[in-house]
Amino acid sequence: MRYSGWRIIKEALTGHKGWGPVWRDPAPKSEYDYIIVGGGGHGLATAYYLAKQFRQARIAVLEKSYLGSGNVGRNTTIIRSNYLLPGNEPFYEFSLKLWEGLEQDFNYNAMVSQRGIVNLIHTDAARDAATRRGNAMILNGADAVLLDREGVRAMYPWLNFDDARFPIKGGLLQKRGGTVRHDAVAWGYARGADLAGVDLIQNCEVTGMRIENGRILGVETSRGYIGAKKVGVAVAGSSGRVMAHAGMRLPIESHVLQAFVSEGLKPLIDGVITFGAGHFYVSQSDKGGLVFGGDIDGYNSYAQRGNLPVIEDVAEGGMALMPAIGRARLLRAWGGIMDMSMDGSPIIDKTPIEGLYFNGGWCYGGFKATPASGWCFAHLLATDTPHPTATAYRFDRFLKGAMIDEKGQGAQPNLH
Amino acid sequence: MLIPHPLLGPRDAQEFVYLGDAALIDRPDGADIPTMHDYLYLRDNPAGEHRELWYHEQGDRSWLVVTRNTVTHEILKVELARDVARAKGRSK
Repeated sequence: MRYSGWRIIKEALTGHKGWGPVWRDPAPKSEYDYIIVGGGGHGLATAYYLAKQFRQARIAVLEKSYLGSGNVGRNTTIIRSNYLLPGNEPFYEFSLKLWEGLEQDFNYNAMVSQRGIVNLIHTDAARDAATRRGNAMILNGADAVLLDREGVRAMYPWLNFDDARFPIKGGLLQKRGGTVRHDAVAWGYARGADLAGVDLIQNCEVTGMRIENGRILGVETSRGYIGAKKVGVAVAGSSGRVMAHAGMRLPIESHVLQAFVSEGLKPLIDGVITFGAGHFYVSQSDKGGLVFGGDIDGYNSYAQRGNLPVIEDVAEGGMALMPAIGRARLLRAWGGIMDMSMDGSPIIDKTPIEGLYFNGGWCYGGFKATPASGWCFAHLLATDTPHPTATAYRFDRFLKGAMIDEKGQGAQPNLH
Repeated sequence: MLIPHPLLGPRDAQEFVYLGDAALIDRPDGADIPTMHDYLYLRDNPAGEHRELWYHEQGDRSWLVVTRNTVTHEILKVELARDVARAKGRSK
Protein backbone atom coordinates (compact mmCIF):
# COMPACT_ATOMS: atom_id res chain seq x y z
CA MET A 1 0.00 0.00 0.00
CA ARG A 2 1.55 3.30 -1.06
CA TYR A 3 0.77 6.42 0.90
CA SER A 4 -0.25 9.50 -1.07
CA GLY A 5 -2.50 12.52 -0.90
CA TRP A 6 -5.07 10.74 -3.08
CA ARG A 7 -5.05 7.80 -0.73
CA ILE A 8 -5.82 10.04 2.26
CA ILE A 9 -8.72 11.70 0.41
CA LYS A 10 -10.10 8.33 -0.65
CA GLU A 11 -9.87 6.91 2.86
CA ALA A 12 -11.41 10.05 4.33
CA LEU A 13 -14.43 9.62 2.03
CA THR A 14 -14.81 5.91 2.78
CA GLY A 15 -14.58 5.93 6.57
CA HIS A 16 -10.89 5.02 6.80
CA LYS A 17 -11.73 1.34 6.33
CA GLY A 18 -8.83 0.64 3.96
CA TRP A 19 -5.91 1.11 6.33
CA GLY A 20 -4.28 -2.14 7.38
CA PRO A 21 -1.39 -3.06 9.63
CA VAL A 22 1.77 -1.36 8.38
CA TRP A 23 3.90 -4.48 8.63
CA ARG A 24 3.40 -8.23 9.11
CA ASP A 25 4.11 -10.04 12.37
CA PRO A 26 5.74 -13.24 11.08
CA ALA A 27 6.96 -16.21 13.12
CA PRO A 28 10.68 -16.87 12.77
CA LYS A 29 11.72 -19.36 10.09
CA SER A 30 14.35 -21.97 10.83
CA GLU A 31 16.99 -20.29 8.67
CA TYR A 32 17.80 -17.03 6.91
CA ASP A 33 20.53 -15.75 4.65
CA TYR A 34 20.93 -12.64 6.80
CA ILE A 35 19.92 -12.01 10.38
CA ILE A 36 20.08 -8.44 11.67
CA VAL A 37 20.10 -8.35 15.47
CA GLY A 38 18.42 -5.17 16.70
CA GLY A 39 15.14 -3.67 15.47
CA GLY A 40 16.10 -0.05 16.06
CA GLY A 41 16.87 2.63 13.51
CA HIS A 42 20.20 1.21 12.40
CA GLY A 43 19.04 -2.43 12.26
CA LEU A 44 15.87 -1.60 10.34
CA ALA A 45 17.74 0.70 7.95
CA THR A 46 20.29 -2.07 7.37
CA ALA A 47 17.54 -4.58 6.54
CA TYR A 48 15.81 -2.04 4.29
CA TYR A 49 18.89 -1.20 2.23
CA LEU A 50 20.05 -4.82 2.20
CA ALA A 51 16.74 -5.95 0.72
CA LYS A 52 16.31 -2.97 -1.57
CA GLN A 53 19.77 -2.00 -2.80
CA PHE A 54 21.90 -5.06 -2.59
CA ARG A 55 20.22 -8.37 -3.10
CA GLN A 56 17.10 -10.45 -2.90
CA ALA A 57 17.65 -12.75 0.03
CA ARG A 58 15.93 -14.19 3.07
CA ILE A 59 16.42 -11.50 5.69
CA ALA A 60 15.17 -11.26 9.28
CA VAL A 61 15.42 -8.54 11.90
CA LEU A 62 15.37 -9.84 15.50
CA GLU A 63 14.22 -7.39 18.16
CA LYS A 64 14.11 -8.27 21.86
CA SER A 65 11.24 -5.84 22.54
CA TYR A 66 9.12 -3.89 20.05
CA LEU A 67 10.48 -2.17 16.93
CA GLY A 68 12.08 1.19 17.68
CA SER A 69 12.00 0.64 21.45
CA GLY A 70 15.59 1.73 22.04
CA ASN A 71 17.59 4.82 21.24
CA VAL A 72 15.80 5.65 17.96
CA GLY A 73 12.84 6.67 20.11
CA ARG A 74 14.87 8.25 22.91
CA ASN A 75 17.10 10.79 21.15
CA THR A 76 16.68 14.51 20.48
CA THR A 77 16.04 14.01 16.73
CA ILE A 78 18.86 16.17 15.35
CA ILE A 79 20.48 15.58 11.96
CA ARG A 80 23.67 17.34 10.83
CA SER A 81 27.00 16.70 9.12
CA ASN A 82 29.22 19.24 10.89
CA TYR A 83 32.19 16.98 11.60
CA LEU A 84 35.85 17.81 11.13
CA LEU A 85 37.92 14.69 10.49
CA PRO A 86 38.34 12.91 7.13
CA GLY A 87 37.19 9.54 8.54
CA ASN A 88 33.91 11.05 9.72
CA GLU A 89 32.78 13.97 7.56
CA PRO A 90 32.23 12.10 4.25
CA PHE A 91 30.15 9.50 6.09
CA TYR A 92 27.93 12.01 7.88
CA GLU A 93 27.49 14.07 4.71
CA PHE A 94 26.45 10.87 2.90
CA SER A 95 23.95 10.35 5.71
CA LEU A 96 22.56 13.87 5.42
CA LYS A 97 22.11 13.41 1.66
CA LEU A 98 20.19 10.19 2.34
CA TRP A 99 17.99 12.06 4.86
CA GLU A 100 17.19 14.60 2.15
CA GLY A 101 15.69 11.96 -0.11
CA LEU A 102 14.49 9.56 2.55
CA GLU A 103 10.76 10.21 2.62
CA GLN A 104 10.40 9.87 -1.14
CA ASP A 105 12.58 6.78 -1.05
CA PHE A 106 10.63 4.83 1.56
CA ASN A 107 7.26 6.53 0.99
CA TYR A 108 6.70 7.52 4.58
CA ASN A 109 6.39 10.91 6.24
CA ALA A 110 9.37 11.15 8.59
CA MET A 111 8.96 14.94 8.93
CA VAL A 112 12.52 15.67 7.82
CA SER A 113 12.90 19.36 8.58
CA GLN A 114 16.10 21.12 7.49
CA ARG A 115 15.67 24.01 9.87
CA GLY A 116 19.37 24.69 10.41
CA ILE A 117 21.75 24.10 13.29
CA VAL A 118 24.00 26.72 14.92
CA ASN A 119 27.06 25.91 17.04
CA LEU A 120 27.77 28.97 19.17
CA ILE A 121 31.23 30.59 19.36
CA HIS A 122 32.50 32.44 22.44
CA THR A 123 36.21 33.13 21.84
CA ASP A 124 38.65 33.92 19.04
CA ALA A 125 40.14 30.45 19.36
CA ALA A 126 36.69 28.90 19.02
CA ARG A 127 36.07 31.04 15.93
CA ASP A 128 39.31 29.72 14.38
CA ALA A 129 38.23 26.15 15.17
CA ALA A 130 34.76 26.79 13.71
CA THR A 131 36.30 28.28 10.56
CA ARG A 132 38.48 25.22 10.13
CA ARG A 133 35.54 22.91 10.74
CA GLY A 134 33.37 24.84 8.28
CA ASN A 135 36.08 24.59 5.64
CA ALA A 136 36.42 20.84 6.26
CA MET A 137 32.67 20.50 5.81
CA ILE A 138 32.65 22.49 2.56
CA LEU A 139 35.60 20.46 1.22
CA ASN A 140 33.49 17.33 1.74
CA GLY A 141 30.47 18.69 -0.06
CA ALA A 142 28.53 19.88 2.99
CA ASP A 143 27.38 23.44 3.66
CA ALA A 144 28.61 25.80 6.35
CA VAL A 145 28.19 29.50 7.10
CA LEU A 146 30.28 31.38 9.64
CA LEU A 147 28.06 33.85 11.47
CA ASP A 148 29.26 36.89 13.36
CA ARG A 149 27.57 38.08 16.53
CA GLU A 150 25.00 40.13 14.61
CA GLY A 151 24.29 37.15 12.38
CA VAL A 152 23.37 35.06 15.42
CA ARG A 153 21.41 37.97 16.88
CA ALA A 154 19.31 38.23 13.70
CA MET A 155 18.27 34.58 14.17
CA TYR A 156 17.85 34.43 17.94
CA PRO A 157 17.66 37.96 19.41
CA TRP A 158 16.59 36.67 22.82
CA LEU A 159 19.79 34.71 23.56
CA ASN A 160 21.98 35.98 26.39
CA PHE A 161 24.75 37.57 24.28
CA ASP A 162 26.62 39.16 27.18
CA ASP A 163 27.06 36.24 29.57
CA ALA A 164 30.17 37.03 31.64
CA ARG A 165 31.78 33.63 31.09
CA PHE A 166 30.58 32.72 27.58
CA PRO A 167 29.55 35.84 25.64
CA ILE A 168 28.22 34.92 22.18
CA LYS A 169 30.70 36.05 19.53
CA GLY A 170 29.27 34.19 16.55
CA GLY A 171 28.23 30.77 15.33
CA LEU A 172 28.81 28.07 12.75
CA LEU A 173 25.58 27.49 10.88
CA GLN A 174 24.70 24.41 8.85
CA LYS A 175 21.45 25.27 7.10
CA ARG A 176 20.88 21.72 5.84
CA GLY A 177 20.95 20.33 9.37
CA GLY A 178 17.72 20.03 11.28
CA THR A 179 15.39 17.59 12.94
CA VAL A 180 13.43 14.46 11.99
CA ARG A 181 10.46 12.76 13.64
CA HIS A 182 12.54 9.98 15.19
CA ASP A 183 9.89 7.26 15.69
CA ALA A 184 8.72 7.71 12.11
CA VAL A 185 12.24 6.86 10.93
CA ALA A 186 11.98 3.46 12.60
CA TRP A 187 8.44 2.97 11.32
CA GLY A 188 9.31 4.05 7.78
CA TYR A 189 12.30 1.75 7.55
CA ALA A 190 10.33 -1.09 9.16
CA ARG A 191 7.49 -0.71 6.66
CA GLY A 192 9.90 -0.42 3.74
CA ALA A 193 11.83 -3.51 4.84
CA ASP A 194 8.62 -5.47 5.39
CA LEU A 195 7.37 -4.56 1.91
CA ALA A 196 10.68 -5.78 0.51
CA GLY A 197 10.11 -9.17 2.15
CA VAL A 198 12.11 -8.81 5.37
CA ASP A 199 10.72 -10.72 8.37
CA LEU A 200 10.53 -8.32 11.33
CA ILE A 201 10.48 -10.56 14.40
CA GLN A 202 9.66 -8.81 17.67
CA ASN A 203 9.90 -10.06 21.26
CA CYS A 204 12.77 -12.24 20.11
CA GLU A 205 15.88 -11.75 22.22
CA VAL A 206 19.20 -13.20 21.14
CA THR A 207 20.42 -15.32 24.07
CA GLY A 208 23.39 -16.99 22.46
CA MET A 209 25.36 -17.51 19.28
CA ARG A 210 26.21 -20.87 17.75
CA ILE A 211 29.80 -20.65 16.55
CA GLU A 212 31.82 -23.58 15.22
CA ASN A 213 35.37 -23.53 13.85
CA GLY A 214 35.42 -19.76 13.86
CA ARG A 215 32.24 -19.44 11.83
CA ILE A 216 28.77 -18.37 12.96
CA LEU A 217 25.98 -20.84 12.20
CA GLY A 218 23.05 -19.04 13.80
CA VAL A 219 21.67 -17.49 16.94
CA GLU A 220 19.86 -18.87 19.98
CA THR A 221 16.85 -16.73 20.76
CA SER A 222 13.97 -16.58 23.21
CA ARG A 223 11.89 -17.97 20.32
CA GLY A 224 14.23 -20.84 19.50
CA TYR A 225 17.34 -21.41 17.39
CA ILE A 226 17.53 -19.60 14.05
CA GLY A 227 20.21 -20.45 11.53
CA ALA A 228 21.89 -17.82 9.38
CA LYS A 229 24.64 -17.51 6.80
CA LYS A 230 25.51 -14.02 8.04
CA VAL A 231 24.62 -12.22 11.24
CA GLY A 232 24.85 -8.44 11.62
CA VAL A 233 24.61 -6.96 15.11
CA ALA A 234 23.29 -3.37 15.37
CA VAL A 235 22.26 -2.98 19.01
CA ALA A 236 24.09 0.16 20.16
CA GLY A 237 23.64 0.53 23.90
CA SER A 238 23.62 -3.23 24.37
CA SER A 239 26.61 -4.03 22.15
CA GLY A 240 28.69 -5.38 25.04
CA ARG A 241 25.93 -7.70 26.17
CA VAL A 242 25.19 -9.14 22.71
CA MET A 243 28.79 -9.47 21.52
CA ALA A 244 29.67 -11.25 24.78
CA HIS A 245 27.70 -14.17 23.29
CA ALA A 246 30.48 -14.38 20.71
CA GLY A 247 33.15 -14.05 23.38
CA MET A 248 34.17 -10.60 22.17
CA ARG A 249 35.28 -7.64 24.27
CA LEU A 250 34.72 -4.28 22.60
CA PRO A 251 36.42 -0.87 22.67
CA ILE A 252 33.16 0.43 24.13
CA GLU A 253 31.62 1.42 27.47
CA SER A 254 27.87 1.85 27.96
CA HIS A 255 26.87 5.22 29.40
CA VAL A 256 23.57 6.95 30.09
CA LEU A 257 22.64 10.20 28.33
CA GLN A 258 19.64 12.17 29.50
CA ALA A 259 17.25 14.30 27.46
CA PHE A 260 14.41 16.60 28.39
CA VAL A 261 11.29 18.18 27.00
CA SER A 262 9.39 21.17 28.34
CA GLU A 263 5.67 21.83 28.24
CA GLY A 264 4.34 23.00 24.87
CA LEU A 265 5.16 26.64 24.14
CA LYS A 266 4.39 29.05 21.31
CA PRO A 267 6.97 29.06 18.48
CA LEU A 268 10.27 30.35 19.80
CA ILE A 269 13.17 28.38 18.25
CA ASP A 270 12.91 27.60 14.54
CA GLY A 271 16.21 25.74 14.35
CA VAL A 272 18.67 23.92 16.57
CA ILE A 273 21.07 25.78 18.89
CA THR A 274 24.09 24.09 20.47
CA PHE A 275 25.95 25.67 23.37
CA GLY A 276 28.84 23.24 23.65
CA ALA A 277 30.77 25.30 26.18
CA GLY A 278 27.76 25.22 28.49
CA HIS A 279 26.82 21.56 27.92
CA PHE A 280 23.43 22.46 26.47
CA TYR A 281 21.59 22.21 23.16
CA VAL A 282 17.98 22.90 22.31
CA SER A 283 15.37 22.76 19.58
CA GLN A 284 11.59 23.04 19.57
CA SER A 285 9.32 20.23 18.51
CA ASP A 286 6.35 20.75 16.20
CA LYS A 287 4.11 20.29 19.25
CA GLY A 288 5.88 23.23 20.92
CA GLY A 289 7.96 21.47 23.55
CA LEU A 290 11.55 22.58 23.96
CA VAL A 291 13.67 19.48 23.39
CA PHE A 292 17.04 19.79 25.07
CA GLY A 293 19.93 17.94 26.60
CA GLY A 294 23.57 18.10 27.64
CA ASP A 295 26.38 15.77 28.58
CA ILE A 296 26.34 12.10 29.49
CA ASP A 297 26.24 11.28 33.21
CA GLY A 298 29.78 9.95 32.91
CA TYR A 299 29.78 6.51 34.56
CA ASN A 300 29.03 3.05 33.13
CA SER A 301 25.29 2.46 33.12
CA TYR A 302 22.63 0.28 31.53
CA ALA A 303 19.82 1.90 33.53
CA GLN A 304 18.07 4.11 30.88
CA ARG A 305 17.75 6.77 33.56
CA GLY A 306 20.25 9.25 34.91
CA ASN A 307 20.83 11.20 38.09
CA LEU A 308 19.83 14.68 39.26
CA PRO A 309 23.24 16.44 39.12
CA VAL A 310 23.26 16.25 35.33
CA ILE A 311 19.70 17.59 35.18
CA GLU A 312 20.89 20.53 37.27
CA ASP A 313 23.92 21.00 35.01
CA VAL A 314 21.76 21.04 31.88
CA ALA A 315 19.28 23.45 33.49
CA GLU A 316 22.14 25.78 34.42
CA GLY A 317 23.43 25.70 30.84
CA GLY A 318 19.94 26.53 29.60
CA MET A 319 19.58 29.43 32.02
CA ALA A 320 22.99 30.82 31.03
CA LEU A 321 22.14 30.74 27.33
CA MET A 322 18.45 31.64 27.32
CA PRO A 323 17.18 32.96 30.65
CA ALA A 324 13.62 32.82 29.28
CA ILE A 325 13.74 29.02 29.68
CA GLY A 326 13.46 29.55 33.43
CA ARG A 327 9.75 30.22 32.98
CA ALA A 328 9.12 26.91 31.21
CA ARG A 329 8.19 23.82 33.17
CA LEU A 330 9.89 20.49 32.54
CA LEU A 331 7.47 17.94 31.19
CA ARG A 332 9.61 14.83 30.88
CA ALA A 333 13.17 13.64 31.42
CA TRP A 334 14.52 10.32 30.26
CA GLY A 335 17.74 8.46 29.58
CA GLY A 336 19.14 6.26 26.86
CA ILE A 337 22.17 3.99 26.84
CA MET A 338 25.04 5.02 24.58
CA ASP A 339 27.83 2.88 23.18
CA MET A 340 30.68 5.23 24.13
CA SER A 341 33.68 4.18 22.08
CA MET A 342 37.34 4.76 22.86
CA ASP A 343 37.78 7.56 20.33
CA GLY A 344 34.23 8.89 20.06
CA SER A 345 33.68 7.39 16.60
CA PRO A 346 31.67 4.34 15.53
CA ILE A 347 32.56 0.88 14.24
CA ILE A 348 31.09 -0.82 11.16
CA ASP A 349 33.24 -3.85 10.59
CA LYS A 350 33.67 -7.59 10.28
CA THR A 351 34.60 -9.49 13.41
CA PRO A 352 37.22 -12.23 13.79
CA ILE A 353 34.29 -14.68 13.58
CA GLU A 354 33.43 -15.47 9.98
CA GLY A 355 29.90 -14.42 9.10
CA LEU A 356 29.50 -12.16 12.15
CA TYR A 357 29.45 -8.40 11.56
CA PHE A 358 29.25 -5.51 14.00
CA ASN A 359 27.75 -2.03 13.89
CA GLY A 360 27.98 0.08 17.06
CA GLY A 361 29.95 2.56 19.12
CA TRP A 362 27.79 5.48 17.99
CA CYS A 363 28.29 7.45 21.19
CA TYR A 364 25.50 10.06 21.39
CA GLY A 365 25.51 10.66 17.61
CA GLY A 366 23.75 7.59 16.26
CA PHE A 367 20.44 9.08 15.18
CA LYS A 368 21.79 11.39 12.48
CA ALA A 369 23.84 8.48 11.15
CA THR A 370 20.88 6.12 10.77
CA PRO A 371 20.51 6.11 6.95
CA ALA A 372 24.23 5.93 6.16
CA SER A 373 24.83 3.44 8.95
CA GLY A 374 22.16 1.16 7.48
CA TRP A 375 23.45 1.64 3.94
CA CYS A 376 27.11 1.05 4.85
CA PHE A 377 26.34 -1.95 7.08
CA ALA A 378 24.20 -3.46 4.32
CA HIS A 379 27.07 -2.83 1.89
CA LEU A 380 29.48 -4.62 4.21
CA LEU A 381 27.11 -7.55 4.78
CA ALA A 382 26.36 -7.96 1.08
CA THR A 383 29.80 -7.41 -0.42
CA ASP A 384 32.24 -8.13 2.46
CA THR A 385 33.91 -4.81 1.67
CA PRO A 386 33.40 -1.53 3.51
CA HIS A 387 31.44 1.25 1.84
CA PRO A 388 33.81 4.01 0.60
CA THR A 389 32.52 6.45 3.25
CA ALA A 390 32.97 3.97 6.12
CA THR A 391 36.45 2.56 5.51
CA ALA A 392 37.85 4.13 8.69
CA TYR A 393 35.28 2.58 11.05
CA ARG A 394 37.35 -0.53 11.78
CA PHE A 395 38.05 -2.46 14.98
CA ASP A 396 41.79 -2.44 14.34
CA ARG A 397 42.13 1.34 14.17
CA PHE A 398 43.07 1.34 17.87
CA LEU A 399 45.81 -1.22 17.32
CA LYS A 400 47.12 0.69 14.31
CA GLY A 401 46.93 4.14 15.88
CA ALA A 402 44.36 5.34 13.33
CA MET A 403 41.85 6.68 15.83
CA ILE A 404 39.17 9.15 14.70
CA ASP A 405 39.15 11.32 17.80
CA GLU A 406 37.15 14.51 17.05
CA LYS A 407 37.67 15.86 20.56
CA GLY A 408 41.22 14.62 21.11
CA GLN A 409 40.40 13.05 24.47
CA GLY A 410 42.15 9.71 24.09
CA ALA A 411 40.88 6.36 25.35
CA GLN A 412 38.49 7.87 27.92
CA PRO A 413 34.95 7.15 26.68
CA ASN A 414 33.12 9.40 29.16
CA LEU A 415 34.96 12.46 27.82
CA HIS A 416 33.99 12.08 24.16
CA MET B 1 24.55 8.77 43.97
CA LEU B 2 26.23 8.72 47.37
CA ILE B 3 29.56 6.92 47.56
CA PRO B 4 30.35 5.58 51.05
CA HIS B 5 34.01 6.59 51.28
CA PRO B 6 35.96 4.19 53.54
CA LEU B 7 37.62 7.12 55.37
CA LEU B 8 35.17 10.01 55.01
CA GLY B 9 31.75 8.36 55.06
CA PRO B 10 29.01 9.01 52.49
CA ARG B 11 30.09 11.57 49.86
CA ASP B 12 28.17 12.96 46.86
CA ALA B 13 29.32 11.30 43.62
CA GLN B 14 29.68 14.81 42.16
CA GLU B 15 32.84 15.24 44.24
CA PHE B 16 34.46 12.42 42.28
CA VAL B 17 35.94 11.99 38.82
CA TYR B 18 35.13 8.70 37.09
CA LEU B 19 37.90 6.81 35.31
CA GLY B 20 36.47 3.39 34.41
CA ASP B 21 36.95 -0.33 34.93
CA ALA B 22 39.13 -1.15 37.95
CA ALA B 23 41.09 -3.57 35.75
CA LEU B 24 42.98 -0.43 34.69
CA ILE B 25 44.97 -0.85 37.93
CA ASP B 26 46.72 -3.85 36.37
CA ARG B 27 48.74 -2.05 33.72
CA PRO B 28 50.89 -4.63 31.89
CA ASP B 29 54.07 -2.57 31.83
CA GLY B 30 56.54 -3.83 29.26
CA ALA B 31 53.99 -6.08 27.57
CA ASP B 32 53.76 -6.53 23.80
CA ILE B 33 51.58 -4.25 21.70
CA PRO B 34 48.50 -6.53 21.39
CA THR B 35 48.42 -6.98 25.19
CA MET B 36 48.78 -3.22 25.69
CA HIS B 37 46.02 -2.61 23.12
CA ASP B 38 43.67 -4.92 24.99
CA TYR B 39 44.49 -3.18 28.28
CA LEU B 40 44.01 0.32 26.88
CA TYR B 41 41.05 -0.11 24.57
CA LEU B 42 38.94 -3.18 25.37
CA ARG B 43 36.43 -3.34 28.21
CA ASP B 44 34.22 -6.03 29.76
CA ASN B 45 31.42 -3.42 30.07
CA PRO B 46 29.10 -5.69 32.08
CA ALA B 47 25.40 -5.11 32.73
CA GLY B 48 25.35 -5.78 36.46
CA GLU B 49 28.20 -5.73 38.95
CA HIS B 50 31.09 -3.54 37.84
CA ARG B 51 34.30 -2.72 39.74
CA GLU B 52 35.38 0.77 38.80
CA LEU B 53 37.81 3.53 39.69
CA TRP B 54 36.59 6.82 41.16
CA TYR B 55 38.94 9.66 42.17
CA HIS B 56 37.91 11.90 45.06
CA GLU B 57 39.12 15.08 43.40
CA GLN B 58 37.11 17.51 45.50
CA GLY B 59 37.90 15.63 48.69
CA ASP B 60 40.90 13.75 49.98
CA ARG B 61 42.28 12.95 46.50
CA SER B 62 42.14 9.23 47.13
CA TRP B 63 41.41 6.66 44.43
CA LEU B 64 38.58 4.28 45.26
CA VAL B 65 37.51 0.95 43.80
CA VAL B 66 33.71 1.09 43.81
CA THR B 67 31.68 -2.07 43.12
CA ARG B 68 28.44 -0.84 41.62
CA ASN B 69 25.51 -2.38 39.75
CA THR B 70 25.32 -0.72 36.32
CA VAL B 71 21.66 -1.67 35.91
CA THR B 72 20.38 -0.24 39.22
CA HIS B 73 23.25 2.17 40.15
CA GLU B 74 23.33 0.48 43.58
CA ILE B 75 26.75 0.72 45.24
CA LEU B 76 27.71 -2.60 46.79
CA LYS B 77 31.24 -2.12 48.07
CA VAL B 78 33.87 0.60 48.29
CA GLU B 79 37.59 0.03 48.86
CA LEU B 80 40.67 2.21 48.77
CA ALA B 81 42.41 1.50 45.45
CA ARG B 82 45.66 1.54 47.43
CA ASP B 83 44.51 -1.46 49.47
CA VAL B 84 43.34 -3.28 46.35
CA ALA B 85 46.69 -2.78 44.62
CA ARG B 86 48.67 -3.76 47.73
CA ALA B 87 46.61 -6.93 48.14
CA LYS B 88 47.82 -7.84 44.66
CA GLY B 89 51.41 -7.43 45.78
CA ARG B 90 52.07 -3.99 44.32
CA SER B 91 54.28 -1.37 46.07
CA LYS B 92 55.12 -3.45 49.16
